[in-house]
Amino acid sequence: MPVALKRKILTNFITLSLMDSIMQVRDLSKSYGSVRAVDGVTFDIPDGSCFGLLGPNGAGKTTTIEMMEGILDPSGGEVLFRNKPIGRHFKEKVGIQFQSTALPEFITVRETIRMFHAFYPAPRPIDDLIEICSLGDIIDRDNRKLSGGQRQRLLLALAIVPYPEIVFLDEPTTGLDPQARRNFWSLIRRIRAEKTTVVLTTHYMDEAQLLCDRIAIMDHGHILEIDTPEKLLDKHFEGVVVRVPTGPDGEDVMEIVTENLDATMQELLTSHTNMDGLTIHKPNLEDLFIKLTGSSLRA
Amino acid sequence: MRKFTAMFKARTMEFVRDRGTFFWNLLFPVILVFGFAFAFSGSGNALFKVGVIGNDANTARPLAFLQIEQIEFIPYDEVTGAVERLRRHQLDMVLDLERDEYYLNSEAANGPILRMLFTAGNAPSATAPPPGASFGASVAADRFTEQQVAGEPIRYVDWLVPGVIGMNMMFSCLFGVGFVIVRYRKNGVLKRFKATPVSAFTFVSAQAASRLVIVVITSIVVFAGTNAFLHFMNNGSYLTLLILTTMSILAMISVGLVFASRIKSEELASGLMNLVTFPMLILSGVFFSLEGSPPILRSIAKVLPLTHFTTGARAIMLEGAGLGEIAPHLLFLGILTVALLAISAALFRWE
Repeated sequence: MPVALKRKILTNFITLSLMDSIMQVRDLSKSYGSVRAVDGVTFDIPDGSCFGLLGPNGAGKTTTIEMMEGILDPSGGEVLFRNKPIGRHFKEKVGIQFQSTALPEFITVRETIRMFHAFYPAPRPIDDLIEICSLGDIIDRDNRKLSGGQRQRLLLALAIVPYPEIVFLDEPTTGLDPQARRNFWSLIRRIRAEKTTVVLTTHYMDEAQLLCDRIAIMDHGHILEIDTPEKLLDKHFEGVVVRVPTGPDGEDVMEIVTENLDATMQELLTSHTNMDGLTIHKPNLEDLFIKLTGSSLRA
Repeated sequence: MRKFTAMFKARTMEFVRDRGTFFWNLLFPVILVFGFAFAFSGSGNALFKVGVIGNDANTARPLAFLQIEQIEFIPYDEVTGAVERLRRHQLDMVLDLERDEYYLNSEAANGPILRMLFTAGNAPSATAPPPGASFGASVAADRFTEQQVAGEPIRYVDWLVPGVIGMNMMFSCLFGVGFVIVRYRKNGVLKRFKATPVSAFTFVSAQAASRLVIVVITSIVVFAGTNAFLHFMNNGSYLTLLILTTMSILAMISVGLVFASRIKSEELASGLMNLVTFPMLILSGVFFSLEGSPPILRSIAKVLPLTHFTTGARAIMLEGAGLGEIAPHLLFLGILTVALLAISAALFRWE
């Protein structure tokens, strides 16, 4: 098919079906030498939604999100923000929290916020930022002396300085303790309550299931599935998951997905399977991921 | 402008609060100046040094004075340069064989001794002076007329202080701008700024401006602090000195920015910067003069910004040079700054 025609069909498709998308990703690719880190991904972010990009390390999540942020130039494809290519003023409308960012040293939390505050034409008041991200207790602390959770809260505050229309969070809770993760989730919910669109990458399934309206599962630079968490589970699982450890030390796991639990249990009993450590649970995204990629998410 | 001010403030606070770097920038040059002041406080050479213009080879009656082994004779092309050195007590006498004149410094203690040696020792060696003849009746006294100049001596430390301040300036500009931006790039601070509406130009100029103010102030503090104890000679104006200092700092910052434009690794940056700072340390005459070194070294030195600072500052302080006389140095530093800024702007990458 001629490229021009293909492009036209693509454009029609965009205008027809996605009136309420804040961002559209079209056939996006990124190559490093001969390695295709992202290989032609296409999806839309509905305005005001929380979109989760899931995948194991090296799946291409960060590369994808950085192309959407306008930080990386794509090798192919395009990113549209409100139906237009990313323009000059995009940076004033977007909030970004990178996966790993050092903060300027020797200055305090308040001074850091003040500096970023001066970067934007119509910034959020500093007191609001302190209140939203609960930075009151650490406001005069040197950036170097912040804990992991405190750092992430400050970085989030910097991301929401411009009243962004869309916020990108790249693995915001990786490395935090359970308490700090829960705190951070409530911050994300608060931002969502302002109708801000949130795009987040994670490799925690519980996080995605709890926060996201739509989920894209990525591996090896491709999108494997994309839908709401409920629909994805309905589509791939009916019934429950039974797991039985096998092998001499239980290092292998036999996994049975069944609609008829009684029959399955009966079968296990009659076949004299050792049932030590057997678990039965409703399938979750973790199970879906293992089913789709054949590997554990955190591997 | 708000963006610029915000970045400027953050960077300056970072410097002031980084106690280690802050005190190192102030203390190190002070220690050096005092150390050298004490190490070289002795009067040094017992030998007399006489500057000679022209030569004595085809004169009918050679001067016996020129044969005295305990005197070092240094040939000069021009009488003015030699006399300037005499004025600063770097020479004890100047002998102009072309115009038949000799110069002595009236404020130097060894002037009368050399006058006696010169006039007395130059009686024609073949015929001994007639008994009772005064020293003044010698050939030298007949042929040469004496000229007097006056001037305070230059101590080594007077000569050294522009060098040490220049060296401090060089390190502070190269590492304080170049190295810091490379570190920002490596640890992702630059990437975070890239994601804001701040332009690369605003970011870089704020960094440079902050460093300019810091280095001007530290240079003044180091100079004033050591001057309070050592009372350096300054025959020029402080304003001229400040203008030269500012231009030199801008040139050094531009050198730092070229390194900062793209390099991602701190190790590579530090290696390359040492590659630049060490030749400057040696060839720009920080600690010793390059007069009399091979011409190739002197031509290399001429393209180094630090050379233009040390030479210019010494001309102002020791010889009382004005803005007009150091204009070539200012012009060179200005051109270098513009050229290096253009290069670093073309090379600059946030990541």
